[in-house]
Amino acid sequence: MSVAQLTAGRARPALVRRVAGVGVVTAVAVAICALLTAVAILAPLLAPHDPNAVDPLHAFAPASGAHPLGTDDTGRDLLSRLIAGARPSLAGPALVIVASTTVGAFLAIAAAWRGGWLDATIARLLEVLFAFPGLILAVVAAAVFGAGFVAPVVALSIAYVPIVARVVRTAALKERALPYVAALQVQGASGWSICVRHLLPNLLPLIVVQAAIGFGYAMLDLAAISFLGLGIQPPSPDWGVMIAGGQPAILDGNPQQSLYAALTVVVAVVSFNLVGERLARRFRIEEQG
Amino acid sequence: MSALLEIEHLRLRLPIEGELRTAVHDVTLDVAAGEAVGLVGESGSGKSLTARSIMRLLPAGAEVEGEVRIGGASLAHASGRELRRLRAREVAMVFQDPRAHVNPVHTVGDFLTEGLRRTRGVGRAEAERRAVALLREVGVDDAPRRLRQRPWELSGGLLQRVTIAAALAAEPRLLLADEPTTALDVTTQQEVMAILDEQRRERGLALLFITHDLELAGAVCDRIAVMYAGTIVEQLPAAALHREAAHPYTAALLAARPALSGERRPLAAVPGRPISAFEIGSGCPFASRCPRAEQRCRDERPALRPVGAGLAACHFAEAVHAARTPEESLDA
Amino acid sequence: MPIALFVGRRLAALVATLLISSVAIYGALAIAPGDPAASLAGGSLPNPQALAQIRAEYHLDDPFWTQYWQWLSGLLHGDLGRSIVFRSDVADLLSGRIANTLLLVAYAATLIVVAGVGLGLLAALRGRRVNQLVTVATTVAMGAPTFVMAIVLIWIFSTKLSWFPVYGSGDGLADKLWHLTLPAVALSCTWVAYVSQVTRASVAGELRSEHVETARGRGLPNAAIVRHHVLRNAAGPILAVSGLTVAGLFAGTAVAEQAFGVNGIGSLLIESAAKQDLAVVQILALLMVGAFVVVNTVVDVATALLDPRLAERQGATA
Repeated sequence: MSVAQLTAGRARPALVRRVAGVGVVTAVAVAICALLTAVAILAPLLAPHDPNAVDPLHAFAPASGAHPLGTDDTGRDLLSRLIAGARPSLAGPALVIVASTTVGAFLAIAAAWRGGWLDATIARLLEVLFAFPGLILAVVAAAVFGAGFVAPVVALSIAYVPIVARVVRTAALKERALPYVAALQVQGASGWSICVRHLLPNLLPLIVVQAAIGFGYAMLDLAAISFLGLGIQPPSPDWGVMIAGGQPAILDGNPQQSLYAALTVVVAVVSFNLVGERLARRFRIEEQG
Repeated sequence: MSALLEIEHLRLRLPIEGELRTAVHDVTLDVAAGEAVGLVGESGSGKSLTARSIMRLLPAGAEVEGEVRIGGASLAHASGRELRRLRAREVAMVFQDPRAHVNPVHTVGDFLTEGLRRTRGVGRAEAERRAVALLREVGVDDAPRRLRQRPWELSGGLLQRVTIAAALAAEPRLLLADEPTTALDVTTQQEVMAILDEQRRERGLALLFITHDLELAGAVCDRIAVMYAGTIVEQLPAAALHREAAHPYTAALLAARPALSGERRPLAAVPGRPISAFEIGSGCPFASRCPRAEQRCRDERPALRPVGAGLAACHFAEAVHAARTPEESLDA
Repeated sequence: MPIALFVGRRLAALVATLLISSVAIYGALAIAPGDPAASLAGGSLPNPQALAQIRAEYHLDDPFWTQYWQWLSGLLHGDLGRSIVFRSDVADLLSGRIANTLLLVAYAATLIVVAGVGLGLLAALRGRRVNQLVTVATTVAMGAPTFVMAIVLIWIFSTKLSWFPVYGSGDGLADKLWHLTLPAVALSCTWVAYVSQVTRASVAGELRSEHVETARGRGLPNAAIVRHHVLRNAAGPILAVSGLTVAGLFAGTAVAEQAFGVNGIGSLLIESAAKQDLAVVQILALLMVGAFVVVNTVVDVATALLDPRLAERQGATA
């Protein structure tokens, strides 16, 4: 049975299934991502209380009308802190991804285009960079420049460059070998214009997919950093900080702070990962189609 | 000659996207010892699946109905152990793409001796000796060195000879060859076909040769069965192929081959595309593309019946048979 | 001998990467804002005499490459430097803790390989039901990073069950293993899921391959087919992923140790980073990067030995 015949028979039923069956999980994931992004942007407007308003007399209050999720170890409203925490928890990975994807794609395309010594040098550079797990680099950066928001974000951006660059470079090499590139060269187009106006747009879907997938991992890494106390510092609201802050209270039977924040992180990461994987699958199908 | 391989009303259904779809409708075919039968058809006709059904090399969820017997022993209903015995000793298969079908992480010698060592208990040294002898028989030179090499170090033609040698190592009575030369260049094709033919004669093997190349089958086989959309539409002796074709599809295939001599004509192609078994309705599978088709063809599926030198499944088989040339037989 | 050439190349790459990494790590001191001597003192500002002493001891007035060379040659001779913040030799700080970390990493690695590969094999070889079960379980586990698992485990085992101690590293091997169980589980969770998914996919892919069809067509028993044609061929990606995960463990151990209060070099790294004690951070970072690179190289060589085609291909492009 040839592939052609299998796919020919497949056309109508598959469309229906995509929208309804498989699509449900993805639709939920997309909705969650959109919701989180909206919360991050509109945080100050959405939080019912001031996330930094302490109220030590009512620490770990149970869920109530005024505090839908209860309060934390210093009486701050958990829901408001979660909402406020969305900003750094999403902005950090966004910055990491934008920076690393841009630099990574640039290096990859340049290496693929020029080849020769430039490619070899960049490949060697990337290999060294690969040896630094993102977390380690972020820890060193925090040690050198002091803990905070900036140092880990910069460090992670650098650490993620080789991951993006490796994938883009392979694709760029394939693209570069296509006949239309040679045709453009013969017509006198400059390397720069070919790269920017032809290679880049064709590689853009792949780059976007890489970015989407990387977002989830960046979120995890940054949450881990702030959990370790080397990122955003308390009392600023941030999900990783909240998890760490609530840890001592678990032994006392008050796990809410850590657990709610942890749950939020997991839901966020899984949703973004699902969206990223869906994009990856769609892109691969289009590539073969 | 009594039949070594007997296929009776073989029907195969495969799970495609959750549904069971028919891939082979109804195949009845015999192959006698020492006889070469060509199973010819286009992509999607079900010829490869028929061969695989004989050995039950089918994907999970496949459903087989009907009977397949080799030397009287049922293959279709054999238990796991019996099936393995039959595969190890009675039937062997040569596949289309040797590169995909030979495990690249093992040596050629491992590939050749594995069957003997694991299913017959033959010792390594003896197995290698036999492997070297077999390689020489199929025309592979420098055989001992080849045993130490890895599959990717051999050319396609050479590797295909190796797979043929491996198939013969089991000393089967039936050899299934699934498009063994399609992946090779023309010169190598001829060499490999010659080897298959020679081995078949020397060992008295029954050979089922699957191909899309009608002329090749005609040159190599004793009998030809033409498949379309999961059924056999014609069976006839190879010698009678050009003169006595009785089915419009066979005639169309013959007419489509460009003539190397004679006046130049536009290429005759068959309109439409070859359909799969699960796409046909209640009538003749070829009706939608047949120049002779009438309403009766669309309503009633013709049965395979004796016409001329063989069997044909067509309501108008006599007329097709009576025509002088394939082109003529296509004129309604 | 392509294998020998391949191994040679990888070893050379290993050394090169380590050297360049060490320069980068040492360079961290140079790019730190402010006075390097003050940085080494851990951000606290001692009197000018002490600063001068530090400068002399660490050769901070020498050109960069001289400093670097002093540091590197000291390292190679076993002198790991001195932590001003902790007031002791770095080597002493390490000696107590390195055993705990190695034990934790080994424990987690064992869990990953055994559970990960095991689950993957089960899913691929034991039919649809098992496959679905394992897939669901691993998808959930993938969403549980170390620090999240740590919190969950701490919550369960400090308030609900008391099978394992939640904090500390214990004394003596058996006690240590008991204490390190929860950290090892937290550390290995996502990796187990990842490895099992890769294993499943690789084995399932091999089961469908044409050369397995050939083996089946020869009447080989199922066990023999799985052993000789499926596992060996599927091993490549599995090994590569396992190698990556073990290497990644060296980084993840910092989180696990910190969360569970284990006295290892991971928690030492975090502590000294928080105190901005660069002397210690540099050594530990180099150690972790070194371990990461060494494990990756070992995995690459092992993969090439398993499947000689890779040695040819990689040897040509490396």
